Amino acid sequence: MLKKLLPLVEHALKKPVWDCRMCGQCVLHSTGMTCPMTCPKTLRNGPCGGVRENGNCEVKPEMQCIWVKAYDRTVSLPLPKVWKEHYNELRPPVDMQLQGTSSWINLVTKRDQQVPAGWSVGEH
Amino acid sequence: MSILREKLENTSERVFTAEFPSIDGGGMDSVIKNAARLAPWFDAVNATDNPAAHAHTSNTTTAIAMKMHDLEPIMQIVCRDKNRIAIQADMIGASLHGITNLSLLTGDDVTAGDEPEARRVFDVDSAQAINMARIMATGTYLSGRKINPAPDFYIGAVENAAAPPFDYRIQRALKKHRAGAQFLQLQICYHPDRLEAFCKGVAEVAPDLKLIPTIVLMKGAKGLAFMNDKVPGIDVPADVLARASGASDPAQEVYNLTLELAQHALSLPGVRGLHVTDFRHDETLDLFMNDLGRTPKRQG
Repeated sequence: MLKKLLPLVEHALKKPVWDCRMCGQCVLHSTGMTCPMTCPKTLRNGPCGGVRENGNCEVKPEMQCIWVKAYDRTVSLPLPKVWKEHYNELRPPVDMQLQGTSSWINLVTKRDQQVPAGWSVGEH
Repeated sequence: MSILREKLENTSERVFTAEFPSIDGGGMDSVIKNAARLAPWFDAVNATDNPAAHAHTSNTTTAIAMKMHDLEPIMQIVCRDKNRIAIQADMIGASLHGITNLSLLTGDDVTAGDEPEARRVFDVDSAQAINMARIMATGTYLSGRKINPAPDFYIGAVENAAAPPFDYRIQRALKKHRAGAQFLQLQICYHPDRLEAFCKGVAEVAPDLKLIPTIVLMKGAKGLAFMNDKVPGIDVPADVLARASGASDPAQEVYNLTLELAQHALSLPGVRGLHVTDFRHDETLDLFMNDLGRTPKRQG
């Protein structure tokens, strides 16, 4: 029941504020409260090389690059220091199996921490 | 060990790389012709992966063809067209053919190409793709499945030193380095001050990350205006455009400008060579390399 209800509640709250795409592995806190899934290339690790001189998106010229926005907000918003420090961490590939599920449940169960076995081999 | 790796890691020699022209028709003859033209000047040459989102002969097959004709490839892989399974297959497939130099990048969006209706993939991003290559070089796929023996990869990446958010570009380069990139081919930059700040910043923190800025040989002022208007992430300052278009001989002025940019780039900390993109396909390449004090390698 909760598994069906929570995604609806989460989407209802996060869609209007952050244009949430329900990836199920929310990283908003580490990206200046800016959703990287709204990047047309769904990049999780920073801006591509196509950002326009005015800071807008290569794909949607009328839209500010979400990573420019994320960087500005990370610098300027009064966010916890540890969140700001997470900005430049290497985020793993999106787990497509979590698409549409509640990131809140996945946070509590730590399901969103699961990465492919090879991901953390060696140093980052 | 690849020539590129040997030179960058074990010598202080300058390294010159280039872009292999996209192959469509023309068969192996066109590969042979282009390889013969580039081989005297370059240590390794990029086998591109559907540049500007246009379909061409694939990255892997181009790299194999180049290798067959004694030109060392740097195999590009972009994240736009393939998911993580296909990208790992590209990498291990390259290894099968003895191709070890990789350059991993996000890639232009599908809307930059002639099939904007195509599905964009971006299952992984460039930093994740770099990390996958690093993982594979330690002997496992992303899943943890073993690869024995591990492939030998020399991992490269690309960064735009001069696009917003300007303050963040150095950190992004360092993130790619932490993920496994050992060299960076930088996108063309017409702001020498930005390139300088970037190279200094990277070299201070990561002196072992090899930087290879790009220089573009073009026909004239129109080419510069095209870069400014149409190429994502590339800005040409107004005074540079005016200098080129206002000159009595614009083609010569653009050449002078290009040479100045190249010499400045080579003087910067962390910079180990240049990546040359040649849109002229004429004798200008020979002139340019001569003006940089290079001597052609003898073939055969």
